Amino acid sequence: MTTPATAQLRKTALNSIHRRLGAKMVNFGGWDMPVEYSGIIAEHMAVRTRAGLFDVSHMGELEVRGPGALTLVQHVTSNNAGKLTIGQAQYSGLMTARGTFVDDLLVHKISENHYLLCVNAGNQDADFAHVVSNNHFDAKAENTGPRYSQLAIQGPRAKEILQGLTKVSLDTIHYYYFVFGRVADIQCLIARTGYTGEDGFELYFDPESSEKLWNDLMQAGESAGLIPCGLGARNTLRLEAGMCLYGHEIDDTTTPWEAGLGWICKLDKGPFLGSDVLARQKQTGIERKLVGFEMLDKRIGRDGYPVLIAGREAGRVTSGCPSPLLKKNIGMAYVPPASAALGTEIEIGIRGQSAPARIIALPFYKRPQ
Amino acid sequence: MYPNDYRYTTDHEWIKLDGQVGTVGITDYAQAELGDVVFVELPKAGTQVKASQSFGTVESVKAVSEIFSPVSGEVVETNAALADSPERINQDPHGAAWLVKVRLADPKEISGLMDAAAYQAYIAEKAKEHSA
Repeated sequence: MTTPATAQLRKTALNSIHRRLGAKMVNFGGWDMPVEYSGIIAEHMAVRTRAGLFDVSHMGELEVRGPGALTLVQHVTSNNAGKLTIGQAQYSGLMTARGTFVDDLLVHKISENHYLLCVNAGNQDADFAHVVSNNHFDAKAENTGPRYSQLAIQGPRAKEILQGLTKVSLDTIHYYYFVFGRVADIQCLIARTGYTGEDGFELYFDPESSEKLWNDLMQAGESAGLIPCGLGARNTLRLEAGMCLYGHEIDDTTTPWEAGLGWICKLDKGPFLGSDVLARQKQTGIERKLVGFEMLDKRIGRDGYPVLIAGREAGRVTSGCPSPLLKKNIGMAYVPPASAALGTEIEIGIRGQSAPARIIALPFYKRPQ
Repeated sequence: MYPNDYRYTTDHEWIKLDGQVGTVGITDYAQAELGDVVFVELPKAGTQVKASQSFGTVESVKAVSEIFSPVSGEVVETNAALADSPERINQDPHGAAWLVKVRLADPKEISGLMDAAAYQAYIAEKAKEHSA
């Protein structure tokens, strides 16, 4: 094994709690993170039916301030941050000049000249360097990751659990909006966002308060069936919900058009990094397209496995896993657009054999409204 | 936890010898490391297997893990019940969730494997590395 010793990994403020709970820990993007506590399937189902609590303090935060803050954010991201109102969040792409992804992120508009960007743990240093090197504006970018812990409480009962610990009326926070307020007497940015396909909240706060907030949330949620959830369930939940994961569905070789993320690629907002390439690709068309698939037997098509069409390799699986909710094996893959129609029968190469699969609609799961 | 009459490999398989035939499975440590097992792929009866070589896979939600044969020989039976209920590997890895039975080509191979005490010392060492 070439993984660095545990001692060299970065730790969140909740590391000792995870170990005390008996979590299985893994190196995730250089962080020592819980992958599961009671089991991925049990944790996944808790989030779909009750609620789960995730420590996502490894996520990075960048803050952009100044009169040119919006101009800088607009220049480096693909979605239209100009449409945001104060207290609103938006999913977006941090783009290269080639129109590919440096990262995907959430852009929060805190004030007219202050934006908080939540980015992937393993990319935060590169993201920060990228933003700084493209900052030709009257703005200041800061890597503020160490100033925040982040907890995600997700699931149909997340709201009622959280409401028991705050005077903020959570019903007034709409999906992809946020407010500042106290939870368990701890000052938080309370965002109605998540990466599970369920209703839920993500809380950003001072790392010093991490253990108190974790413990108070767990206690408040006990009777509603709240359980701690790890990165394993976070991955199966986001995959069922058809959400992309950096390093799998998207990276610095993929464009938003290819990844089915045209909805965050707003060419009409004016020029941004890569927008010329993306405008051209919109005209000429894409050579591969991200699709969802289900396996037609019991085998699992996993990340990196070849997609075979008419017996020939035509693409790659980007993510695949058993779906604990749908009780079938699902995944996402890149295929040529001509083979991307719903219902197309494909094969996945698994250890030298081919297993039948079928292209189906994304997302695999959508929560009942 | 780890039966005294079983022998163990460094890849976390166990074998229980009954005459010329050994029953093979994965250890409790292995199932715990894997997490929820969702799929098992085993060789058909009649397949020749070799010591330390992969003869199948056990998949959890997150990962694929190869199974290495503790001994050389011929597969005489596979545990068909695992096809429909692979989760049994999490529930009873040393018992009902055995994987295959192998007719040993050379019963002396057993002597190269760990006994229960040696295996427990081996995984205790692994656990220490983990929490260091």
